[in-house]
Amino acid sequence: MGLLDKQFNNSNVIITSIDNLLNWARLSSLWGMQFGLACCAIEMMATGASHYDLDRFGIFFRATPRQSDVMIVAGTVTLKMAERIKRLYDQMPEPRYVLSMGSCSNCGGPYWEHGYHVLKGVDRVVPVDVYVPGCPPRPEALIEGLLKLQEKIRSESLVKKSA
Amino acid sequence: MAEVLTAPLKTSTGRTIRREEMVLNMGPQHPSTHGVLRLELVVDGEIVVDVIPHIGYLHRCFEKHCEAMTNYQQVIPYCDRMDYVAAIHMEWSYVLAVEKLLGIQVPERVEYIRVIFAELQRIASHLIAAGTYGLDIGAFTPFLYMFRERERILDLFEMTCGARLLYNYFWIGGLSHDLPPGFIDKAKAFCSYFRPKIKEYNDLLSYNEIFVKRTANVGVLPGDVAIAYGATGPMLRGSGVNWDLRRDDPYSVYNKFQWEVAVGKGEVGTVGDCWDRYMVRIREMEQSITIIEQALAGMPEGDVASAIPKRIRPNPGDVYVRTEAARGEIGFYVVSDGSATPYRIKARSPSFVNLSALPEICRGAMIADVVAIAGSTDIVLGEVDR
Amino acid sequence: MTSQQICEKIRERFGPAIREAKTEGVPNPFVSVAPENLRDISLFLRDEADLACDSLMCLSGVDSGKGMLGAVYHIASTAHRHTVTLKVQVPAEKAEIPSVADIWPAANWHEREAYDLIGITFTGHPDLRRILLPDDWPGHPLRKDFKVPEFYHGMKVPY
Repeated sequence: MGLLDKQFNNSNVIITSIDNLLNWARLSSLWGMQFGLACCAIEMMATGASHYDLDRFGIFFRATPRQSDVMIVAGTVTLKMAERIKRLYDQMPEPRYVLSMGSCSNCGGPYWEHGYHVLKGVDRVVPVDVYVPGCPPRPEALIEGLLKLQEKIRSESLVKKSA
Repeated sequence: MAEVLTAPLKTSTGRTIRREEMVLNMGPQHPSTHGVLRLELVVDGEIVVDVIPHIGYLHRCFEKHCEAMTNYQQVIPYCDRMDYVAAIHMEWSYVLAVEKLLGIQVPERVEYIRVIFAELQRIASHLIAAGTYGLDIGAFTPFLYMFRERERILDLFEMTCGARLLYNYFWIGGLSHDLPPGFIDKAKAFCSYFRPKIKEYNDLLSYNEIFVKRTANVGVLPGDVAIAYGATGPMLRGSGVNWDLRRDDPYSVYNKFQWEVAVGKGEVGTVGDCWDRYMVRIREMEQSITIIEQALAGMPEGDVASAIPKRIRPNPGDVYVRTEAARGEIGFYVVSDGSATPYRIKARSPSFVNLSALPEICRGAMIADVVAIAGSTDIVLGEVDR
Repeated sequence: MTSQQICEKIRERFGPAIREAKTEGVPNPFVSVAPENLRDISLFLRDEADLACDSLMCLSGVDSGKGMLGAVYHIASTAHRHTVTLKVQVPAEKAEIPSVADIWPAANWHEREAYDLIGITFTGHPDLRRILLPDDWPGHPLRKDFKVPEFYHGMKVPY
């Protein structure tokens, strides 16, 4: 389905480059780490549930960082939690990606001005690949963010190291 | 317990094995802790000797933000984000507190609409609670079924105020938008659509043998202990205490509606076990539909924005107002010093107090039971940590 | 029984211990007591048969200004369905209030939170340590003179 549908007319042989093959494999089964922090986690759950299905993109939530490709930071990152996020990011095997969901993890969100315990953006502790704005972002917005991440992976190369 | 622990174990060859307790961390990132909660378990093998909850991983400085706002209305979006699963209840409690401080009375239409949305929110919140509880126990399907129903409720919210999760809909003195045309028919259609679904959930999950075995007689909280610890909501009613603020300390127009208060009776186990708490939530969803139907039938006409004050400057003083939310009693203690900025706002959240009873009921349970018990308390870390 | 009547009952039993009482013309009648008498009054509220206040709804710490910190106790009864409010004021330099955690177990976590955010020490509390903020956090945030730290563990705190 999707990428491979109607690609072969007569034979069952594909000719491609290793880059394309690896990228296609990686983006078609992005396993996310179950990491809901706050309100955005509820929208992430709703995106993974029956109405806006995430399983059709190959995205499936894993509980442990050791088996996941992408960490969707959904919700406010506090200073107490930031050290644990760094540790979880270090535990993920490469290639690993971070998607920052919602304004709190993008830039501190509604707590940017007076939040003494809020980290103003998760990119202060981990490198972020895709930012999804919204408070909370609609499920469609999260899906668009994940598709953008897939586009980013599609353009990766073995020779050139990505972030 | 201590004697059993230090008693030496002998192997078949006569050697003595030393045993000691182990500290296990159910860390802030865990699929079953419903958010960023850290439970430090002191275990003897599989039996839990003590549970020490560590919270504060989502402390977002709500109370300090309130002291910096230039207007009491600006606090409302922050109230939403505390209990993000049942945001309307948090808003309503705060708005009631400020309205009591100002001494204003809202039009009756506003009260009816507020009741309808609060009950819709209660259903949506219990759907998440029951769905994720099934997920913790290991049942994936009810989660998907309940979220399907929840999308219908979120459609109703979205057509009225534009938001799915965090609404900013209840304003001090009224509402931000009136009901759109077509809302009443759509809400009535939802009520008749939802009632048969409760039977579906009971068939699928509630009386499922595995679910009953995992939750009955587990985590028993006696009624008087629940009251002493300040537990409220389904946690208190599941322990057999017939207490519901909507009936016993009524606010808004709840005294005009008839419904039954769901109380745990120990049907499949002991009174006050996890199953009772879960079943109270399922039964409350049904009763919420009853209240919504009565409110839709008796909705008066009126203007929802006529009582919204232009300047909110309460007299110096303080007030404490409590309402019955999906998780229990939400209380707001608002202190005003006469200016337009709040002086101190304290949010008493039900999950914070319900969670403090967790060590009491987890002692002697097994590690897997801790997951079942933590799920049945239905905590939302946003309101625990504020 | 209304809140006013309960305040009157406290006043007739503990007259000299009452520092201030406002029962008329306020949305929430309260009684302000001295810290030394807090435990006696709490036991009276809980054990007296027609008061039977078995539930502490909320305990809030307040920075009352003018160098005073306060704690506000909102207490309720499930049997009689009435509520009452107690207030205690202490100076900020020596902010100590006796703990009521053994009278109402609900007070345990509330007092830890008041200690964490306002800085009131509750004497006799079984386990008084910070609950919401990290253990090595400098200062008490809800005091009016709190300054936001510039860095915490290498992370920049302000925007």
